[in-house]
Amino acid sequence: MNKNPEYPKKKFLSAQIDLSKFAPATEEEKRQQDVMSESVTFFKDGMRRLFKNPLAVISIVLLSIVILTIIIAPMIVPYGYEEMLSVNGRRDKGAKNLAPFEYSEAEQKFIEEGGERFPHIFGTDEQCRDYFIRVVYGTRISLVVGIFASLIVLIIGMLIGSISGYFGGKVDLIIMRIVDIIYSLPDMLIIILLSVVLNEAIKFKPGTILADLGSNMISIFIVFGCLYWVSMARLIRGQILSIKENEYILAARSIGAKPGRIIRTHILPNCLSVIIISTALQVPSAIFTESYLSFIGLGVKAPMPSLGSLANAARSGLQSYPHKLIFPAIVICLIVLSLNLLGDGLRDAFDPKLKK
Amino acid sequence: MLVSKTLLEVKNLKQYFPVKSGFKTIPLKAVDDVSFTINEGETLGLVGESGCGKTTVGRTLLHLYEPTAGEIIFDGEKVTKKNINRMRKKMQMVFQDPYSSLDPRMTVEDIIGEPLDVHKLYSNRKERREKVLELMNYVGLNSEHATRYAHEFSGGQRQRIGIARALAVDPKFIVCDEPVSALDVSIQAQVINMFEDLQAKLGVAYLFIAHDLLVVHHISKRIAVMYLGKIVEIADSDDLNANPLHPYTQSLLSAIPIPDPNITRSRKRIVLEGDVPSPLNMPTGCAFRTRCPYATEQCAKECPTLTDRGNGHMVACFNK
Ligand SMILES: Nc1ncnc2c1ncn2[C@@H]1O[C@H](COP(=O)(O)OP(=O)(O)OP(=O)(O)O)[C@@H](O)[C@H]1O
Ligand SMILES: [Mg+2]
Repeated sequence: MNKNPEYPKKKFLSAQIDLSKFAPATEEEKRQQDVMSESVTFFKDGMRRLFKNPLAVISIVLLSIVILTIIIAPMIVPYGYEEMLSVNGRRDKGAKNLAPFEYSEAEQKFIEEGGERFPHIFGTDEQCRDYFIRVVYGTRISLVVGIFASLIVLIIGMLIGSISGYFGGKVDLIIMRIVDIIYSLPDMLIIILLSVVLNEAIKFKPGTILADLGSNMISIFIVFGCLYWVSMARLIRGQILSIKENEYILAARSIGAKPGRIIRTHILPNCLSVIIISTALQVPSAIFTESYLSFIGLGVKAPMPSLGSLANAARSGLQSYPHKLIFPAIVICLIVLSLNLLGDGLRDAFDPKLKK
Repeated sequence: MLVSKTLLEVKNLKQYFPVKSGFKTIPLKAVDDVSFTINEGETLGLVGESGCGKTTVGRTLLHLYEPTAGEIIFDGEKVTKKNINRMRKKMQMVFQDPYSSLDPRMTVEDIIGEPLDVHKLYSNRKERREKVLELMNYVGLNSEHATRYAHEFSGGQRQRIGIARALAVDPKFIVCDEPVSALDVSIQAQVINMFEDLQAKLGVAYLFIAHDLLVVHHISKRIAVMYLGKIVEIADSDDLNANPLHPYTQSLLSAIPIPDPNITRSRKRIVLEGDVPSPLNMPTGCAFRTRCPYATEQCAKECPTLTDRGNGHMVACFNK
């Protein structure tokens, strides 16, 4: 032990204090006192826990399959979503309401003559269109609507919620009363009214994406933007109110940081997990609303399919062709279920209070 | 010794918080008519029991709370809402709680570099990094820790990060709000020594807040004692220790343990009676009279003001 020569060595059995025990610590010894845990960022840590949750992993896999399918399928399947089937350039009138993997007479003849024909995986509908590709496009529309609507909700809700929460006082009071009013409006009624009004008011240039979607879809976006931000704004306001109590916000102010900077660099990153999670949970609810509206005929404009309008169209022939309702219904269930499970998984993974 | 210049002058500072009780809003007098001065490179200690308004004084000085009334004159210039951003380059604060005063989502480098970002004190990333490392060096942090997150550090190390952040803008004055009370005793000494070293090196002035008279006595040249939002006594720290005049200061001093059984045995401990009154329902006249052994009728009618008893020893008491 006696590395330090300045201190006399203690004599064996002497009662004298061993001076070397009182030598100042060397730099190396001092460094051992630094208590350090392994450096992991919050994000990595959360991701690690997310991938340990079996339900979340299953839902990620399911979602990836759905997304890959809707990206790749249109490249492989040689039919269009509004194309009526034809063989050798002639309309195939017999290809109506085929069962999955069934060929019409004309197609069978074509195959016997040596031609190749891509199978109708989900069969066809009563207008002789390939049903699989329609479901794929319907899923695309539904997902895009869900994600877009949630993004609109997120942006508006975040902006208003953070202003209300950060500045507090009168601003907060006024915004929260507006939120209360919007909260009490019947949203379905507003959607229906708006789409009727917008139908008259807006005429899109034919051929553009907006025109393809139709005014119903636009009004869904507008309604989402105008109505559904309130719960997001409330949530973010609550988060900010609690984060604002932390001294690091005061510290940032004492440094001279402006409110915008404080919100951007201190407050929002600290409620990011809540924002991500509630956005993930918003997507299925938007998809649900869209499907519901399309089902009652207020969704996308025909011939553009969406999962809801496909289900609606299948209703008439329900007894003869139940599969036409089952396919879009299953896809809706898969998407909504896996997004909900993923949202739950994210919440568990990123909530520091659940940290093990 | 050089005659030092007055750096900070506080005149009749008041901070009332509106508190709702039922349908009425009544003022909570957290700081009531406080005046003091601090010279360049000097330390003023501020002591008082929990809830007497020490933190509020510190925060109001930096306009983190808008003062209800009173003047703060810093470096010959009145601090107002307009020039506060410029003032915050010269006045800084170290916070009471090293755990909640650092953003958990930021690395040490970003925490210390934030004042540099806000006041644009560098021209490129490299310069920023150099400055941050220099600051970390000042407060005895290992430069390898720059990329780590605050939650990976011990309390003492976190407090050093907070100090480095306060030093980043090269301030002339730092409010230290109980910077050591969340740390254990062995670390306290290290951090206090560091405050002293930094003062010797950089010539910063401190308002050093604590509720422990020993700590304050060690670091400050002068000490102010607060009770319920008011300063009851200001004196040179040795003078205050040897000759406390205000009964509240006397009781505080008598409560300090002295590591000598002979003195302790002969010493009389002054135990105050009763509880601290609620700041919402203050006694008339002198705030301390409900617990004061010397209270007279005059104390209930009038509020004593700080008067000089020689040598700059100021006391607010009628009877002492
Ligand atoms: N933002 C606020 N709003 C309302 N009342 C407040 C606010 N901040 C402080 N107070 C009140 O002001 C009084 C003084 O509080 P302050 O935090 O300054 O005490 P302190 O001396 O720093 O105590 P401690 O030693 O516990 O830190 C307390 O009664 C407190 O309840
Ligand atoms: Mg305090």
